[in-house]
Amino acid sequence: MSRQANRGTESKKMSSELFTLTYGALVTQLCKDYENDEDVNKQLDKMGYNIGVRLIEDFLARSNVGRCHDFRETADVIAKVAFKMYLGITPSITNWSPAGDEFSLILENNPLVDFVELPDNHSSLIYSNLLCGVLRGALEMVSPSRTPEM
Amino acid sequence: MADAVLFEFLHTEMVAELWAHDPDSGPGGQNMSLSVLEGMGFRVGQALGESLARRPPSIGLAQVSAAAPQAVPGDAGLQGGAGHPQVPVQRPVDGRVPEADGQPPHQPPGFSSAQGTYVLQDNSFPLLIRMASGLQYLEEAPKFLAFTCGLLRGTLCTLGVKSLVTASVAALPACKFQVVIQKS
Repeated sequence: MSRQANRGTESKKMSSELFTLTYGALVTQLCKDYENDEDVNKQLDKMGYNIGVRLIEDFLARSNVGRCHDFRETADVIAKVAFKMYLGITPSITNWSPAGDEFSLILENNPLVDFVELPDNHSSLIYSNLLCGVLRGALEMVSPSRTPEM
Repeated sequence: MADAVLFEFLHTEMVAELWAHDPDSGPGGQNMSLSVLEGMGFRVGQALGESLARRPPSIGLAQVSAAAPQAVPGDAGLQGGAGHPQVPVQRPVDGRVPEADGQPPHQPPGFSSAQGTYVLQDNSFPLLIRMASGLQYLEEAPKFLAFTCGLLRGTLCTLGVKSLVTASVAALPACKFQVVIQKS
């Protein structure tokens, strides 16, 4: 009986683990396929971009968020709505540039790096580079001039 | 708590990436990419099996091999998105009613205890649902199922069950996974 009651949260946890583990398997495979980390970073970014392009539709359909009028509003939506919806975390927004065209997202607990330990010979690998691609792809669909970096 | 669609998108990209290297390199290259995908699924399945195994068992050990294939697709999060039907499992074994949601009644029994073969049928498999329905892209379907085959095999492996898993599709987005338990 109690197992039935737990079912919702448990299956959610499993789906989160499924994503994290699959991502880990993907990075491992890319490291085998490509000789240097730069190429892996590039590939992760590209895949992220493709995901972002499609994710934005899912996001707009489910979140009921209207168009943002400035970059600060965009930052808020990304951190408080989008990250919350897809990864269950809320990064903090800091380091605004004076012009207001640049900011940093601080992820305290990145779910992508659960169960991960990078070996020393991958010092230039940006493990979560997929996220940059996702942000770039998604933002490009709503506004063409933003490029996040990690 | 990653959302279920993230996995679906990621999986689509993985398939696209693996087939981007050698778009059409004959049956050899095709099999290579399939086995790479299956291998990735296997590793993920092994790790997921560990968290499955931590749960309090609701079944006897003797039934593990019977229950495990049923537990995997639903619990491993493939059905995580709301609105997806549970995996209809054909398992007319030990007098239980198969958990059929909209499962056609004329389906032949998928289980034979003598051979240790199970057939898991999903009438709207999440990884195929975004792709297509109907017959047009039927030949593309195997690459979208290889990962899940590995996932099942890996999970069963962690639970101590050696198996062979293959998938077949009659019409998208329905598919069947055949799990053959290997006698050790």
